[in-house]
Amino acid sequence: MGKIASSRTKSRNSLMDWFNQRLPVTQFYKDHLSEYYAPKNFNFWYFFGSLALLVLVNQILTGIWLTMHYKPDADQAFGMVEYIMRDVPWGWLIRYLHTTGASAFFIVIYLHMFRGLLYGSYKKPRELIWVFGMIIYLALMAEAFMGYVLPWGNMSYWGAKVITQLFAAVPWVGDALVEWVRGDYLISDATLNRFFALHVVALPLVILVLVVLHLAALHTVGSNNPEGVDIKKHKDENGVPKDGIPFHPYYTVKDIFGVGMFLLIFLFIVFVKPDMGGLFLEHDNYVPADPSSTPEHIKPVWYFTPFYAMLRAVPDMQMGALIMALAIVVLFFLPWLDRSPVKSIRYRRWPYKLMLSLFAISFVVLGWLGMQSGSVLQKLMAQILTGFYFFYFVWLFFYSRNEIYHEVPERIEK
Amino acid sequence: MTDNVNKSRRNLLMGTSAVGVIGAGFAAVPFIKSWLPSERAKAAGSPVKTDISKIEPGQMINVLWRGQPVFIVNRTEKQTAVLDSLDDRLKDPNDETSIQPDFIDSKFRAKRQNLLVVIGICTHLGCSPKYYPDLVPQSFDSEWQGGFYCPCHNSRFDISGRVYKGSPASRNLDIPPYTFLDENIIEIGTDGGTA
Repeated sequence: MGKIASSRTKSRNSLMDWFNQRLPVTQFYKDHLSEYYAPKNFNFWYFFGSLALLVLVNQILTGIWLTMHYKPDADQAFGMVEYIMRDVPWGWLIRYLHTTGASAFFIVIYLHMFRGLLYGSYKKPRELIWVFGMIIYLALMAEAFMGYVLPWGNMSYWGAKVITQLFAAVPWVGDALVEWVRGDYLISDATLNRFFALHVVALPLVILVLVVLHLAALHTVGSNNPEGVDIKKHKDENGVPKDGIPFHPYYTVKDIFGVGMFLLIFLFIVFVKPDMGGLFLEHDNYVPADPSSTPEHIKPVWYFTPFYAMLRAVPDMQMGALIMALAIVVLFFLPWLDRSPVKSIRYRRWPYKLMLSLFAISFVVLGWLGMQSGSVLQKLMAQILTGFYFFYFVWLFFYSRNEIYHEVPERIEK
Repeated sequence: MTDNVNKSRRNLLMGTSAVGVIGAGFAAVPFIKSWLPSERAKAAGSPVKTDISKIEPGQMINVLWRGQPVFIVNRTEKQTAVLDSLDDRLKDPNDETSIQPDFIDSKFRAKRQNLLVVIGICTHLGCSPKYYPDLVPQSFDSEWQGGFYCPCHNSRFDISGRVYKGSPASRNLDIPPYTFLDENIIEIGTDGGTA
């Protein structure tokens, strides 16, 4: 107190002290990076969490730039997108980064979720992380859907119509709810305007808050790992897990490598095949919205098609909507449906491996079916696979109760 | 612990919280209600008039009324002849759940037997069905009797807009109020007081 600092280190330290006394910057850095101990055996599957963050940043940045040139007006929106593509300097790149980013987001998220299934990352004590993750997934679906409406192409228009009409399945208040969501008796300028507000302001805020909660919960209990063993059981004399390594620099460096590989593929698509043959950007959406004509072959973007196939498989509007909603709701309860004490698939036996593989395959095939026109045979397939999707959870609930598994080691070997 | 509770303070606390919650509830009302259709949206949607004399037999025209497509089909006798035979294949052949003006009968579902006027919006999820007039087998129905097919989710309707069993849609196509101003002019959106 009162003495003048003599050396540089001292003055730098006192600068940090000045901050730390007002905001615990150093402590935060230690808690979440330099002294956040993650298991030493993270593998390929552990890239997708940090990649999801990267894509989120990409979406926010390119999204802000897109709003600078876009007008949410039913008469102008379609033209504004063309204006961005043709006249705005580098507008084409910013838009393609945003549209490809949307699909990349879901690829990364689906792989991230599958990692959770493989290694039991949703299990105690990580249930909340899984639940927050599921809410992020839901918010992301809403965000993607509303973003898809903004170009006001014909697929935007009819997609919006079909999805908002789903609210009519709610008993008693359904029709009033549809009107309330649309802000009109049909999809119109009012709908476009509110979707814009939700897409660029409301939902991004929600997603950011949820990501903070997802990470806060993760850093409270610590990361799971491919072995599914608890590294906090064995600590050294300093209280550091023996099988843990500091997130920074070990995993920051690993993740930077992942980012490099990801960007290689991502940017290849952005530059060479941004529409991905109609998968990422649908051809029918290059026709302006036309309330009098539904596109010949209407389908959502690929990341919704598994659920869309379920909706179509049920020959009743309310039941179909209910099945689709349940398909997502059931995932929330996964931590309590899987009652096995073993986390990682490495120590579970063939019935679980087989069923999880079939579950993943059926989800992918449902996704493919959701893109098809829906012949009689395809409808039957979708019905069978929808049945299996739900059967998997029922099976898991009973099977995991008395599951026979391999012995789980105490520590991470190697 | 509970012994030390100051009852009057606790009541004050509860009361304040309750008032706060009620206040928040009231404050939410304008935000929720502002999503309802605006006065401008309510005012839009006046009746539309169309000349029907130019529709060839078997042909369909598509008119926009309140932003929705309205199909007007000049049906041939060959097309309407099958209507009697379809009851078993339909979900609601007698229009029990249909949304339509009172003057509609359950077979032709029209004021003039040949002229079908329906809202061209699938009652499932709101796509616009396509008109498949020919009585030939289709990929979606090997015994197709002519009518409307929705490409979105494979709902099928007969030539009177009645929904087939096995379709995801559960209600027949809606029929708007309409009236004939003279031999050739139809007005959609008014029922002419004949109901």
